[in-house]
Amino acid sequence: MTAIKSKTEYETVIGLEVHAQLKTKTKIFCSCPVDFGAEPNTNVCPVCLGMPGVLPVLNRQVVAYAIKTGLALNCTVTKHCKFDRKQYFYPDLPKNYQISQYDQPICENGYLEVSGKRIEIQRIHMEEDAGKLVHAGSDRLHGSDYSLVDYNRTGTPLIEIVSMPDIRSAEEAKEYAQLLRSILRYLDVCDGNLEEGSMRCDVNVSIRPIGSTTFGTRCEIKNVNSFKSLIRATESEVERQKEIIESGGRIIQETRLFEENSGKTVSMRSKEEAHDYRYFPEPDLVPLEISAQWINEIKETIPELPNQKKLRYPKDYGLNSEEAKVLIEDRNLAEFYEAVIRLGANAKKAANWLIGPVTAYMKEHKTDILNCCMTPKQLADLLGFIEKGAINDNIAKTEILEELLGQGTDSEEIIKQKGLAQITDTSALKEAVKEVLESNPTQLKDLKEGKEKIRGFFVGQVMKKTGGKASPQIVNALIDELIK
Amino acid sequence: MITKEQVEHVAKLARLELTNEEKELYTKQLSKILDYIDQLNEVNTKGVEPMTQPIPTVNVMREDIVKKQFERSEMLKNAPHEEYGFFRVPKIGE
Repeated sequence: MTAIKSKTEYETVIGLEVHAQLKTKTKIFCSCPVDFGAEPNTNVCPVCLGMPGVLPVLNRQVVAYAIKTGLALNCTVTKHCKFDRKQYFYPDLPKNYQISQYDQPICENGYLEVSGKRIEIQRIHMEEDAGKLVHAGSDRLHGSDYSLVDYNRTGTPLIEIVSMPDIRSAEEAKEYAQLLRSILRYLDVCDGNLEEGSMRCDVNVSIRPIGSTTFGTRCEIKNVNSFKSLIRATESEVERQKEIIESGGRIIQETRLFEENSGKTVSMRSKEEAHDYRYFPEPDLVPLEISAQWINEIKETIPELPNQKKLRYPKDYGLNSEEAKVLIEDRNLAEFYEAVIRLGANAKKAANWLIGPVTAYMKEHKTDILNCCMTPKQLADLLGFIEKGAINDNIAKTEILEELLGQGTDSEEIIKQKGLAQITDTSALKEAVKEVLESNPTQLKDLKEGKEKIRGFFVGQVMKKTGGKASPQIVNALIDELIK
Repeated sequence: MITKEQVEHVAKLARLELTNEEKELYTKQLSKILDYIDQLNEVNTKGVEPMTQPIPTVNVMREDIVKKQFERSEMLKNAPHEEYGFFRVPKIGE
């Protein structure tokens, strides 16, 4: 008899640290512009370069954005907080310390509900971004023994949003990060672009046998530049940890780098040589006292958030969750949709048009609703013309929509110019239907025998004859009348 | 008191390479400094809130407005090495 090796089932435990670059005009501690495509070192000054004797001055907007985010994520905004110095030596950090917040973050104890499950948010703190290194290895620097540094990004305001280890799968981590990004975009505090690094996710991953209540040793994964990578990196890290544990090994707490090409994580630095940051209060900045009044003022500026819309759309507009999701993804599209409904359009029809042909147009032309010429009023009018029977659905899609989106010409104008008005004159259509029926005797015989499938053929023929303008309802009624 | 291992650790964090003699010397010297500062521990601070700022001021902030910008050449003037508008530094890592 062979012994059956017992197989342990593992549970994945994930916590996410998300860095979000704030959409301010200037840096967090100096008045240099935040501008991403700029030539290297053109947006720097003595403050962000860490010249001796300079003093940082906090950007009020950064604090406001951090509070706004905290409120949207159900956090408590601290009444009193300060900044700290985090010391480490790396050439992307000209001062040799990063100004961050250590033991008094601006926001704490929030949560985000992801598909009905609550993910706790431990803290949100403000800090400055570092510069960018151009390492040897790029063509121009091949074989060189030095690096080049661009300090434009140095001092760009960041908030770091730290979740509790409440996430249990790679998919859930992705959902959390996507919802978080959507909220940051709705709040208009961050671009949320993972590929370009305006939103960066560090993933803390550990595994433990199912049922265990203690956590395993975790590894932190960096360089996750897309939602797809978030899933791949997490899954491959889970596999790596399983293999180590099952072969009797031990996980070492360390920072690992996700490599896009191999789809694997590789060791960056282990705890033995991990940074000992020696935080201490930043003496160059005074503390913050945040008033209830300021918090209330900021609260007023928070729009209805995507997670709230997601609950409301099915209820108020009769949409299914997939339809709601597509509309909500982009705040401008959601607001456009709501404006169309306020103008009296049918909620379901408006949704179908926006999700279907309008989205297809935007994809094809690589644009978004704000950059299309169509106004909510124009879409509501178009839907009104269809409803009244002035034009049919197909004509609206093929003949009107493109011009509406591309040039913003009113539907009424397009209908007149192109002569698209639906033919609802029964006597005029009767002739056409009669002709079509008579010139297709075989099909007519089938239809008379009750083969309803052939009906579409006749409707199509009448449409062809009338340039697509016939009212399908009337054509159908006439067919019924004439074959009796 | 500070141990030689602690000196080695701090030196590593500060990217300093020390000879064995220096380590011994700094262990003694740093211990002396720390012992001196340790006198502060004689003060009873029970019930006293830690002070992080000696200035009794809060909320010094500026508006989010772009101000004077600097010429890159001026900003690079203090760099020991520059190249293509970048600061040139010794290569880091692998």
